[in-house]
Amino acid sequence: MVGIVIVSHSWKVAEGIHDLVMQMAAENDHIFAAGGMEDGSIGTDAFKIQEAIEKANTGDGVAVLADLGSGIMSAEMAIEMLGDEIEVRIADAPVLEGAVSAAVTSTSGASLDEVIAAAEEARTVSKLS
Amino acid sequence: MSSKVYECIEKIGNCIIANKEFLTELDREIGDADHGINMARGFTEVLAALDKESENIGEVLKKTGMTLLSKVGGASGPLYGTAYMQAGKVCAGKTALTPEDGKAIFESVIAGIQKRGKAVKGEKTMLDAIIPASEAYSAAIDSGAGIGEALDAMCKAAEEGVEYTKTIIATKGRASYLGERSIGHQDPGATSATFTMQMIRDFFKG
Repeated sequence: MVGIVIVSHSWKVAEGIHDLVMQMAAENDHIFAAGGMEDGSIGTDAFKIQEAIEKANTGDGVAVLADLGSGIMSAEMAIEMLGDEIEVRIADAPVLEGAVSAAVTSTSGASLDEVIAAAEEARTVSKLS
Repeated sequence: MSSKVYECIEKIGNCIIANKEFLTELDREIGDADHGINMARGFTEVLAALDKESENIGEVLKKTGMTLLSKVGGASGPLYGTAYMQAGKVCAGKTALTPEDGKAIFESVIAGIQKRGKAVKGEKTMLDAIIPASEAYSAAIDSGAGIGEALDAMCKAAEEGVEYTKTIIATKGRASYLGERSIGHQDPGATSATFTMQMIRDFFKG
């Protein structure tokens, strides 16, 4: 099963999205939040993200959903530090909606490509029509 | 006895920590008001984590970068973390540096920051101080200037770069949300990068 890591500057945001996602994907235990700094302050920590990716990996790859600017940069650094041992991709998607789509798709047994595509589709889904 | 490379990092760290409020204030104008706080936290951790006696320049720079990466938190964590780690790669195993090494460090640092931040010159970022500083330094060395003169040229170009950031719109980072309202404000990252270069100059000119 494709693992999912939710990255936010705020641990509350990351944990909150994780809670919301788990409502839709209760049987998926490869979804992890990596929010905030070690001491709980606002920020992103590449090492924390790296650890979450390692936990989320079952061998089928890991999709990362991240919020603003440095969330992406820290995720990229985490991926570089991991080297080639785990297939990891960052979805170009809004973190909350993307995480929900990715989790539902992953739980259905889809591939990493399909999970990333589902997350990125969340960018264009209209909420009002 | 602390090593020279530790003393240089300590000088940079103390300057950043002393300018915590100033850098945060600049970031309050056009960003998320955390640049000084984040950088000061990072360097406090760096100074505590480094082996004060190590003369292995590459190791000390790498450790500085890794610590900034994990402790800074904002975009400056991955960016400065990358910068110091890239500099560390160039200095791997070295216990002394030549003026030519300075050129190689600049090249590696700029490539790393550009890759990480996906920014180019003119986007109101640290690169607007670092790229002209690198060009001025290299030009001075190539024309036969002494290291002191080259470091002065580097700092002058960096300071002009900071002034230049006041005149342009931010298109990268949190400041990009402000669009034209970012004009008139100097970039906090270009400012901290310039402090770094000024401290390096002061260290070498001692």
